[in-house]
Amino acid sequence: MAEAMIEFQSVTKQYQSGQPAVDQLSMSIDRGSITVFVGPSGCGKTTSLRMINRMVEPTSGTITVGGRDVTSVPAAELRRSMGYVMQSSGLMPHRSVVDNIATVPRLNGVPKADARKRAEELLDVVGLAPSLGKRYPSQLSGGQQQRVGVARALAADPPVLLMDEPFSAVDPVVRDELQQELLRLQRDLAKTIVFVTHDIDEATVLGDKVAVFAVGGKLAQYATPEEILRAPANEFVASFVGRDRGFRHLAFTTADGVAVHPVDAVTRGGDARANADDWRLVVDDQQRPLGWEGPGLDSQLIPGGSLFRPGDTLRRALDAALSSPSGLGVAVDGDGKVAGVVKGAEVLAVIESARQVRQGAL
Amino acid sequence: MNIFTETFAWLADPLHWSGPGGIPVRLLEHLQYSGLVLIIAAAIAVPVGLYIGHTGRGRVVAVAVAGALRALPTLGLLVLFALVAGSGLMPPVWALVILTVPPLLAGTYAGISSVDSNVVDAARAMGMKELQVLFGVEVPNGLLVMFGGIRTAVLQVIATVSVVAYLPLGGLGRYLFDGLVLQDFPRMLAGSLLIAALAMVVDLVLAAVQRLVVSPGLSARSKGGRKAATDFSAAAPAAAAVQGGTA
Repeated sequence: MAEAMIEFQSVTKQYQSGQPAVDQLSMSIDRGSITVFVGPSGCGKTTSLRMINRMVEPTSGTITVGGRDVTSVPAAELRRSMGYVMQSSGLMPHRSVVDNIATVPRLNGVPKADARKRAEELLDVVGLAPSLGKRYPSQLSGGQQQRVGVARALAADPPVLLMDEPFSAVDPVVRDELQQELLRLQRDLAKTIVFVTHDIDEATVLGDKVAVFAVGGKLAQYATPEEILRAPANEFVASFVGRDRGFRHLAFTTADGVAVHPVDAVTRGGDARANADDWRLVVDDQQRPLGWEGPGLDSQLIPGGSLFRPGDTLRRALDAALSSPSGLGVAVDGDGKVAGVVKGAEVLAVIESARQVRQGAL
Repeated sequence: MNIFTETFAWLADPLHWSGPGGIPVRLLEHLQYSGLVLIIAAAIAVPVGLYIGHTGRGRVVAVAVAGALRALPTLGLLVLFALVAGSGLMPPVWALVILTVPPLLAGTYAGISSVDSNVVDAARAMGMKELQVLFGVEVPNGLLVMFGGIRTAVLQVIATVSVVAYLPLGGLGRYLFDGLVLQDFPRMLAGSLLIAALAMVVDLVLAAVQRLVVSPGLSARSKGGRKAATDFSAAAPAAAAVQGGTA
């Protein structure tokens, strides 16, 4: 894993006026992993990305990809060997979706029929219906356009994928979907992905490693997301990572140690309650949770909170407890059937003991 | 008999539809002059417009020159060229070329620069070379706006080519100038109507061509190009000729 695919050696980009956009950047990007460049606007993260495929030429320093200096390859040829996905999908409006995806294979001289066939396969890979292939980009939603953008980047099967804020223009629900989809794809494809975002949440979700850039093009910290949340290198990283970093950090520890207590669940419309002062979990006839009946509210169903599934993290466990109207987080098994409940206080106790274990290890 | 019925009678007279001075011959001459002017003007304006649109270089100079050229009086320029370069077909054609280059140049340039810069950036990042970016992305996506400029220029040429009859050459402008000399107003009006009808037919043909060559992926987008093309003010032939005459 630790083998370097892309290397920056003292790379500086200086535009005519004043401050450098990227300042003496040296870093090495692992093969087959997702590396996220994150930082506020003007920190040089996009410039750094675009120097990899020579869309921007560095003022000084060298960048190597697969051990080869990028300036030793003609720019157009270099770019065809890397997938590129951008914020606005950048699809060509005059070409159908299939022809857009086939762009790079066509540039590489693949016959039209073969390139189209491959493009149709890729529609499926990125989760789009084959019927969309004949449409034009303007007939697709923003999320669909981004998927086509990813398919286009994958079309020539390049080892490297450069993604410049690809999901920041879509709504949060679609963004979440696309992020999960990218992780799923990456499990199969194992590309070297460099991903630029200004969203630290996105960075920690996607990144095997995260590079935090500070304004002025300086690399502030380059580490695993877990480490960046747990141990920010300096004041800038700490403030950029933000207020909820403690909570977000919980997403890196599984909640195996959290006890799941048995719970009495009733089916909807079942027998009358013995004690109307208690919260009661309501399930459907497959034992899947529907919601809660509150004290004194008789049979009114209150929607439940988030669910805690086997293998979930401490963050999910705590959220399940905090978001539940009864204060009891509903745990379900792999089939979605109620397995029991988790208690917030116990989750916190597990978190504390995990901290102590970490401290002891230091 | 009023002028309209007289004009109608003039147009209906079979004598006017045959012989060397007949309407078909004049129409053909008119189209030939217009075609010649457009081909030469396009050979100059389109490459320059593509270059400026693609690189963004020389835009200020081009706009200034095109504006200055537009301000030249048609008939004055025509007479000047005829005086300097002598008689024959080419001096007036060159004069008209000078007047046709600005709208063609502006239309081409506007078409190329109307293409979303993100699309162009993406095309480059995919590994397209500059000429592939220009002809594979910028031209096809700028075509709708470019057609606006082309159609405006074509209408203008068809209208102003009438003035070559002043030199005197052929074309439908003959009816205007001969009618003026002979005080034959029905003939003038008939000539004007013929020029206007020709302009409209040619514009319809261009509209059909546009439908064929512009990708359906663009039709849901900008209609800005069409607005300029449907501006028929340039196709008021009599007005153009008279304006030229007083200039």
